[in-house]
Amino acid sequence: MKYQSQKVALGFFAVALALFAVQVTLGLVLGWIYVEPNFLSGLVPFNIARMLHTNSLIVWLLLGFFGSAYYLVPEEAEREIYSTKLAWLQLAIFVLGTAGVVVTYLFNLFDGNWLLGNEGREFLEQPRWVKAGIVVAALIFLYNISMTVLSGKKTAITNILLTGLWGLALLFLFAFVNPENLGLDKMYWWYVVHLWVEGTWELVMASILAFLMLKLTGVDREVVEKWLYIIAALALFSGILGTGHHYYWIGTPGYWQWIGSVFSSLEVAPFFSMMAFAFVMVWKGRRDHPNKAALLWSLGCATLAFFGAGVWGFLHTLHGVNYYTHGTQITAAHGHLAFYGAYVCLNLALMSYALPHLRGRDPYNQVLNMASFWLMSGGVVFMTFVLTFAGTVQTHLQRVMGMSYMEVQDQLWIFYAMRFGAGVAVVLGAVLFIWAMAFPSREIIEPGQVPAE
Amino acid sequence: MSRDLPGEPLIWVLILSELAVFGAGLVAFLAVRLTDPAGFLEAQSHLHRLSAGINTLVLVTSGWFVARATQGRIWPNLLPALALGAVFLGLKLVEWADLASRGISTETHAFFTFSYLLTGFHAAHVLAGMVLLAVTGATGSRPALEAGAAFWHMVDLVWVLLFPVVYLV
Repeated sequence: MKYQSQKVALGFFAVALALFAVQVTLGLVLGWIYVEPNFLSGLVPFNIARMLHTNSLIVWLLLGFFGSAYYLVPEEAEREIYSTKLAWLQLAIFVLGTAGVVVTYLFNLFDGNWLLGNEGREFLEQPRWVKAGIVVAALIFLYNISMTVLSGKKTAITNILLTGLWGLALLFLFAFVNPENLGLDKMYWWYVVHLWVEGTWELVMASILAFLMLKLTGVDREVVEKWLYIIAALALFSGILGTGHHYYWIGTPGYWQWIGSVFSSLEVAPFFSMMAFAFVMVWKGRRDHPNKAALLWSLGCATLAFFGAGVWGFLHTLHGVNYYTHGTQITAAHGHLAFYGAYVCLNLALMSYALPHLRGRDPYNQVLNMASFWLMSGGVVFMTFVLTFAGTVQTHLQRVMGMSYMEVQDQLWIFYAMRFGAGVAVVLGAVLFIWAMAFPSREIIEPGQVPAE
Repeated sequence: MSRDLPGEPLIWVLILSELAVFGAGLVAFLAVRLTDPAGFLEAQSHLHRLSAGINTLVLVTSGWFVARATQGRIWPNLLPALALGAVFLGLKLVEWADLASRGISTETHAFFTFSYLLTGFHAAHVLAGMVLLAVTGATGSRPALEAGAAFWHMVDLVWVLLFPVVYLV
């Protein structure tokens, strides 16, 4: 760690990991509700648990991004962070907002209240006061980070990272646009939901990956930057009009079916480039960095993002296919692997890289960390497969044969049972990761002797 | 990127992406046409072939001026190129206005969904290309202008593919 102010990242990572634990625990609860539908139906109904599952995911990923930015921007800009006080204030606002959200959802407080009540729009359910708090915290963050970058060295990594972060904050403003007309409501809703994960977040992902590759492989900055600009260009080129793949069936004009199909098919390109980038950098790199865990997470991130976001996204993005698969378990399969590969792994990769520096230790507990990668990734990949099979069966029975929704759900029980098993592996992996990060012990596997030739 | 390629690698990434999009659009158009050849033919007869034919000459000539601008003097060649770009857009607007006045919209028939979409996207690129040429020309830098010219030739190339497929065949 070169700059003292990088330490604020620790606070963000700690809260992020705590919420990660909450998120996967609720995931497990939801997985069990699919198997045993009456489980907790009186105490924490499915819709509430799902809100908490998705909201905590988004918030912890954002906190991870903020922490990552606070960690890497000083190193790139060669400056201390403009104000660590502002960073802590920002984190405090987020914690308060998150607590408010959890309490409001769990006890359904202030129902219908304009300011305090749950807004009821999927993923953007947060009460208005929390949304306002998010905007204030985001502004504090952007001010803080931008001031740091402006006074220091500007690199391609910070340029793309800041573009992504400014973009995601500005797009969040559409969370306040909530027209009466449900079609229009959905249209603006995707400006946040889609243009985050398939636009601005990709820029954040590309720049953080570029930072990790720069540090871990020792490839020249010039080479890394060229890749970074190309990936960013591909992401925006395909992702922005790719929003059209959400406009197939919401009442928007028919030409969106073609715009959406063509552009969202190309969304594979940035994810493929990120995977190619990561592997080419590792092959070309001359540096044998001791932090193997960070490298494993980085390569895992690029690979699983390509499959989850790229391949599983393409699977149901053409409108002729989506006509049948829309809203089935195919979507759930894609959602899980895409979020895990692209954004969960990305955050865990940067944490694996940064924490040893932040805590003043050499890479520690690599073995547990790497075991957690395989356990978690294995779990999510298995879950993706069973949900894909469930979705295929569901699509056929429900959309082709015309069976009723609940009848079909009975047929999917076996897949849901297996998904629960996969979920147990993910939770264990997450616990292992958090343990490996939080409680450093000095276990390092010594390299074996290379036999003489 | 190879040393023989003029301009920045980024402009080539953009050009390849654009070709992928227009290519996919044309393939989709041809595929959907297979489902209703007669309907597509009937719908096509409402388009303005003469105007589009003139526009082909206009755009190709403009491309010639741009190529000269990269070799010789910039503005004496770039200005006519830009003017021809404006003529292209003008004729396009007249065509669309006439179609619209006859009540033909993107929803009238699958043919029109595609023809509006493809030519509309293309026209947006003509406009973007004009801005790009003006900006790169104003920098006075040859490599920058070459990047602008490469984009403009792509716009040219796409039209030469769109014109026969959408208007003639």
